[in-house]
Amino acid sequence: MAGTAMTYSMVDYADVQGLVRFGYGRMTSASYALVRVKNVAAAKAWLRAAPVTNAVEKSPPPTTALQIAFTAPGLTNLGLPKSVMEGFSREFRTGMSKKFRARLLGDVGRNARKHWDWSGPGSEAHLLVMFFAEHEHFDSFVQSTKGNTWSDAFEEVIWLDTSDLDGDEPFGFADGISQPQIDWEQQLERPHTQLEYTNIAALGEFLLGYRNEYGKFTDRPLLDPDPANAELLPAVDAPAKKDLGRNGTYLVMRQLKQDVREFWKFLYEQADGNLAEANQLGAKMVGRTRAGDPLVPIQAESIPGTEPRTVKQNQFTYEADPAGARCPFGAHIRRANPRNSDFPERRIGALRKLIIILGFGPKGFYDDLTSSVRFHRILRRGREYGSELSPEQALQPPPAEELPRGLHFICLNANISRQFEFLQNAWIASTKFAGLTGESDPVLGNRKPIPGCPVTGNFKMPNDGTLPRRVSGLPQFVIVKGGAYFFLPSLRALRYFAGA
Amino acid sequence: MTPQGNFMILAPIVSSREAELRGLLDSMNEAPGSVNPNNPLVPFAQFDTLHFARFVILDDKTVGDLRIYGLPVRTHPLYLAFLGDIDGEQEAFLNELVRRASDGLRAIFSCCHGFASNTDLMAWMKLLRSPASAVYVNTRGRTVRRIREEAALEDAIESHLASQASSFEGLPAREIHAQLKRFVEAEKSAGRLTLSDEGATPPGWLLRKMLHLICMPLLVLLASPLLILIAPFCLFQLRRLEKTDPEPYIVVDDGHFETLAEAEDHDVTNPYSALGSLKPGLLRLLTLRGVLLVIDYATRHIIKPGRLGRVRTIHFAHWVLIGGTERLGFFSNYDGGNESYMDDFINKLGFGLNVFTSNGIGYPRTDWLLRGGSADERRFKEFQRRHTVLTQVWYKAYPGLTAVDLDRNTRIRRGLESSSISEQEACEWLALL
Repeated sequence: MAGTAMTYSMVDYADVQGLVRFGYGRMTSASYALVRVKNVAAAKAWLRAAPVTNAVEKSPPPTTALQIAFTAPGLTNLGLPKSVMEGFSREFRTGMSKKFRARLLGDVGRNARKHWDWSGPGSEAHLLVMFFAEHEHFDSFVQSTKGNTWSDAFEEVIWLDTSDLDGDEPFGFADGISQPQIDWEQQLERPHTQLEYTNIAALGEFLLGYRNEYGKFTDRPLLDPDPANAELLPAVDAPAKKDLGRNGTYLVMRQLKQDVREFWKFLYEQADGNLAEANQLGAKMVGRTRAGDPLVPIQAESIPGTEPRTVKQNQFTYEADPAGARCPFGAHIRRANPRNSDFPERRIGALRKLIIILGFGPKGFYDDLTSSVRFHRILRRGREYGSELSPEQALQPPPAEELPRGLHFICLNANISRQFEFLQNAWIASTKFAGLTGESDPVLGNRKPIPGCPVTGNFKMPNDGTLPRRVSGLPQFVIVKGGAYFFLPSLRALRYFAGA
Repeated sequence: MTPQGNFMILAPIVSSREAELRGLLDSMNEAPGSVNPNNPLVPFAQFDTLHFARFVILDDKTVGDLRIYGLPVRTHPLYLAFLGDIDGEQEAFLNELVRRASDGLRAIFSCCHGFASNTDLMAWMKLLRSPASAVYVNTRGRTVRRIREEAALEDAIESHLASQASSFEGLPAREIHAQLKRFVEAEKSAGRLTLSDEGATPPGWLLRKMLHLICMPLLVLLASPLLILIAPFCLFQLRRLEKTDPEPYIVVDDGHFETLAEAEDHDVTNPYSALGSLKPGLLRLLTLRGVLLVIDYATRHIIKPGRLGRVRTIHFAHWVLIGGTERLGFFSNYDGGNESYMDDFINKLGFGLNVFTSNGIGYPRTDWLLRGGSADERRFKEFQRRHTVLTQVWYKAYPGLTAVDLDRNTRIRRGLESSSISEQEACEWLALL
């Protein structure tokens, strides 16, 4: 198990794409180009010359960054042999758009792939090229990076622009406050059972080639050494093999269109026209106020892995709110990160532990219903698009032509099925999360009926000592407009893909 | 209390009729994974005492794994399994099956060996019964009827609250409880709600249960001198095997994975049908037998209603030796997707899973039978998917309801039926609504 005979291997930051370590927040301009390979030789030549940014901390910090990720069809198009492709995870290889996967992720009804703006049938992207820069450098950076060969090499599927809403997402709530802290140094000894919530995640949860929360290595392509892959690092767990996955990870991208007007209109109506109350209801749905403050008090006891600057908004768990009276069970951030540990009780002896394991522990209805979060963390790296619209503006009649707004959701994880897909399926989209029924994520839910449950658009807010407050008829506020699974390779792997 | 029973009929398929059988089974579905509950072959919806039922062709793709031990591959007949969970005695249910679905079952079983046009269906089914070695029932005594009545109760209260919520504002919890109690009483009087009393516990079942409760420990006690004598040897040998058994890592092929996945997640509950070959040797077989006896004893007498260890998402589960003692089948009905089921198996119930599955060929290495094993997450997930077989037809009597939903509804009803309730209890009760 974890903790015994660990093999540590320091991370070579120069081999990791910077996005794993940094969000590039100072670079307020960003665009994502989704492209298809038009000419393999030209594409490889462009990739060889591409100034991809690594994760080394620089001073002064860079003003531009370039990151590149590939879909499975993209790698196949570049000529990666089938035998190598087979080493990648099934989710990545078979893609987001499989019918069963669409059902799993809630991509049905208005979210269905046939309505997508990109990555619909026949227009799958091959590469995701991400440009980041400080505002004044952006256009010149994009131009110089594309160079002369870009249009020979690639055919653009879509060019996704982003906007800087100053840390808020389009509904007007502060976003990206909580992120797991990666155990880069691999100092953490993982106990078999983790009794305390921790914000520190094993490196292997976010980077292939290292131990994950189970103390194991996630599958990735391991190659027999040959001249073409000589530059690749060896596998830590199989030193005779070359590790194509090492220092790379999977990137999940979803374009989430947000109906800001519908959101605020609904809240405003529920609050009988009182904007302060509408804000309160919105906060209950999100689990934070618009400023980003959690609905449960910040605790005195520190939580490992909480950055000092975010203590005021992140040093909390739901232990003191077991009934959801402050932050409803169904609130978006409580679904997305229940902040629990492997066990329903902490500071317990071996006997109590055994009693709980055998099923003679807590008997309350809401006790111990949620899986341990440490196996289901993601690193969010998304950006907003569209212009800002305040709640007051949102309540005004819309202009004749309105441009869409939303989130280009991006997350990184080493195991798509256990991390992103589990989270999206069992926690966000599930109408049965944590003992609830008839409601999915109040912000993200698709409100589609499921067999036996015609209503999934409720939202309940438990109250101490009285009936929960119930809101029903939540419309769909967020619509999926595109999405794909990518592999974000290490720089060595990138050079291997781009090899002649 | 009406105890829950179960049945399983295991019939070898005539190879030349397999395609026809598959066609018949598919015809019972609206789409893969979605049964037509009123299908003309076996109109499941007509059976008031049937919780779950399934037809599975036990197409075991892993029989070749014996080669890992250098042993010749056995040829097993291709079986059709028809199994389910019911209220009351098996005999009564089989009779009802014959009464309501004789033609359909005859058509299905005619594709199996030994079934002719003049075969007595009841006698044939009884002959091919394959009793489970152990069965888990989420909550004993919770009948289909009770589940439906309690779901209707929850629905009625929910709609009442949706329209009347404001009239409860500011009232103390006990007063709200009392008002809702009056509402439910009125609904019952008006015939819109029924909450039947628990039926009497069959004396024969009770007697058998008591005998089992007492006799099993007695038998163990009687056998203890022998057990103590051989235990050190067995443990030593088992530990040696544990360390040396081959541990191949075979990834599921994408086609099989997709076939399974396409049939899943059409309801909040999913069927799980898996089977595999035991590791060779008498010791593994004896270990498994012993473990199954313990599971059987625990599920009958020890575990608390509503949970298997810490897991609250399993409705029913069966452990069955398939056509002899070489293969074990595991059949369950669980809530949520496969990934979350496996998450529970790894993180909450790993020991319980390891202790029986580790006797199967290719299972990730365990540590003293209980630890390790499923904790090797990636290996374990591929192992279990590889051993999963497609459930051709699956019926659930209460779509949309999870085991936790059933628990909530029962708690709501209990709260209404208790004669006195404290303010604290009333608060907890309101939190269920």
